[in-house]
Amino acid sequence: MAVVKVKRPDLNAGEKLFLGAIVKGFFITMRHAFDSLRGKTRGADEMASSGLGATMQYPEQRWDEHMPEYYRGAPALVTDEQDRERCVSCQLCEFICPPKAIKIVPGEIPSDDAWAKVEKRPQEFDIDMTRCIYCGMCEEVCPEQAIYLRKDYLISGLNRKEMVHDKKKLYEIGGKRVGLVNKWNELK
Amino acid sequence: MSDTASTAEAKLPKDLAAEKGLVNVQIDGIWRQVPKGTRMIEACRQFGVEVPHYCYHPKLSSPGNCRMCLVQMGMPPRPTPGQDPTFDDEGYQPIGWMPRPVIACANTVAENMGIRTGGELVEGVRKGVMEFLLINHPLDCPICDQAGECRLQEFSVGHGRFSSRFIDMKVKKPKNVEIGPRIRLDDERCIMCSRCIRFMDEVADDPVLGFTQRGTYTTLTVHPNRELDSNYSLNTADICPVGALTSNDFRFQMRVWFLKETQTIDVNCGTGANITVWTREDKVYRITPRQNDDVNSCWMPDSHRLNFHYIDSPERLTEPMVKAEGKHQPASWSDALAQVADSLKAHAASEIAIVASARLTNEELHLAKALADQIGTEHLTTVPRDAESDGILISADRNPNTTGSKLVWRRADPAFRLESIRDGVRDGSIKVVLSLGEDLTAEAGFSTEDLEKLDFLASIQLLAGATAEASDVVLPGAAFTEKRGSMVNVTGRIQRLNRALEPRGLARDDWEVLRDITASFKGESGMSADYPQMIEDVFSAMREEVSEFEGLTLSKIGDLGVSVTETGVTIPLLENERARKAAGEIVG
Repeated sequence: MAVVKVKRPDLNAGEKLFLGAIVKGFFITMRHAFDSLRGKTRGADEMASSGLGATMQYPEQRWDEHMPEYYRGAPALVTDEQDRERCVSCQLCEFICPPKAIKIVPGEIPSDDAWAKVEKRPQEFDIDMTRCIYCGMCEEVCPEQAIYLRKDYLISGLNRKEMVHDKKKLYEIGGKRVGLVNKWNELK
Repeated sequence: MSDTASTAEAKLPKDLAAEKGLVNVQIDGIWRQVPKGTRMIEACRQFGVEVPHYCYHPKLSSPGNCRMCLVQMGMPPRPTPGQDPTFDDEGYQPIGWMPRPVIACANTVAENMGIRTGGELVEGVRKGVMEFLLINHPLDCPICDQAGECRLQEFSVGHGRFSSRFIDMKVKKPKNVEIGPRIRLDDERCIMCSRCIRFMDEVADDPVLGFTQRGTYTTLTVHPNRELDSNYSLNTADICPVGALTSNDFRFQMRVWFLKETQTIDVNCGTGANITVWTREDKVYRITPRQNDDVNSCWMPDSHRLNFHYIDSPERLTEPMVKAEGKHQPASWSDALAQVADSLKAHAASEIAIVASARLTNEELHLAKALADQIGTEHLTTVPRDAESDGILISADRNPNTTGSKLVWRRADPAFRLESIRDGVRDGSIKVVLSLGEDLTAEAGFSTEDLEKLDFLASIQLLAGATAEASDVVLPGAAFTEKRGSMVNVTGRIQRLNRALEPRGLARDDWEVLRDITASFKGESGMSADYPQMIEDVFSAMREEVSEFEGLTLSKIGDLGVSVTETGVTIPLLENERARKAAGEIVG
């Protein structure tokens, strides 16, 4: 790589004292302080601030509506329009998961089940939220469009066990997701 | 310039090769010498050129029906009458490439033949074959057990077109069919390679599979009113290049890419089939045969393959136990071993018997002999386990290491004292029995009343049972997947067991337990430098006494074993295979 030598700007005597810059900076700070007291801070409206600056008063105030579409919160499993669990426990997410947060015990769908032809589904599906790094690899790798990172960010628990999301919890967070490709319908 | 060099120059490559029974073949532009009569696919494989294929299997006949191994072939053009063949600077004739591809699996090489496994023509036909194979494929890889080791997946990535041009409805075929007690069939995944049909016909000698219908409707089925219930049926799942035949036992248990492979040997009979144990964390998920043309070819019986679930069954003993007031209490290893040593010391040598097992490794048998010598007792035996051979792979001797026990103990019949020990226990002259991995109430022929007569019974056991129940001290041992060591099979081939898992719970390797019993009998510690600390040390100590193991170490045994003695026993399957190879039916 070529090295570019940058010449420092030549400062005059006044600039070398920095006094002017300090005073200027003081005025800027004061202007923001007064603006903040008047509730006129930039971004105050769209951030639905408390009125005192841009600071959000969490947890009374939530950022939820301002989350972007691509926000990556807790990973969760989803069901399709017919309430079929989309996951077939192919274990690709378990394989790809960088912090090894996912653990799946695959199982067979009994022949008397309405979706017996899908043959396979998870018996257990655990995501250890103390390990999850919200990278979204599981969502990306899933061949069945069964796992999505939702907007839930309030993951808390009193012990490690509570921080493990089991299959029931994952479907609770995930809910129903419509409009996805359904390769298990009659036509296939 | 020596004489030989000048004669060599005068000779053409074809003559030089012919002297050695070889022919010159140009594989992807490089001239190679291969034995006459080699299949083109094998010639390529010898030089590291993999020709993709489905139906070809070296141990089965080659129908050439999958068309995946198409390559371009060329031969020197036939000279017109009166024309002399031309040779280039290196002495080869120019190759006239044929405009149409040929299958590499069923054609043999010829002198001055050219094979192209790449290029426009070959890549084009492969792409076409892949497209045909995938026309009706259900693309259910996420639920298919074969995913990860599926040839269709691999070649689709390597040679496929990644998208379908097919717009019609896919043909529906039977799915999830139970064609046998251990095998599940999914006909939509089948690519009609017929490997399973040929295996059942040619190797298992139970031709129950076949195709019905025609064209895209061709369906693999089992003969009406028959089941695929041969004891070799699971081999069809191994050789199935796709997920059409899958094992019921392994069905949906674990994806193969999570499994760790350990190369070891089967211990269910004297053949000692070479196997791969597939584990994840501390669980064995499946066992598959591993190719060894001197032992089991590529196959193994289902009964042996599925006999591993006991390793993590609830009956598995995981901690040493000492009987106090008629009840077993968990104890520490040092307490349990001390109690064994004390009881051994408290009795005269003639009152002590050791019932070892021909299921133990050579190293363990060596240490058992050392313990018996230390005690000074003559009463040392194994337990014979004889049954019918199935005429294929299962040996009549159901002990995996009978030959090894003969070699290590230097005895023609290591089990001949069993009867006298049994009598001794019954008439009260033997008061202490140490059982090394044998359930005494099973093949050994003791009754529970016999065991009650004993003053002291200690046993290294894997599973809870009558012997463990009767034992005063129970020492949990290691299963065959948890051991490293060597065994000698019925044909006299020393083979190596490798450790796939750690012994469960507090269980320990049998050889360590034996070493520690010997040490505490002498009032010493097994951890002292006088005793072997590694299984390799035991092997080298044993080598001093067993001349057959001269020059060997556990590593030198390798994954395929070494023949150390002649027993005159043959494996029927190999005899059959050699005959078929000699007849030119298979590549072998």
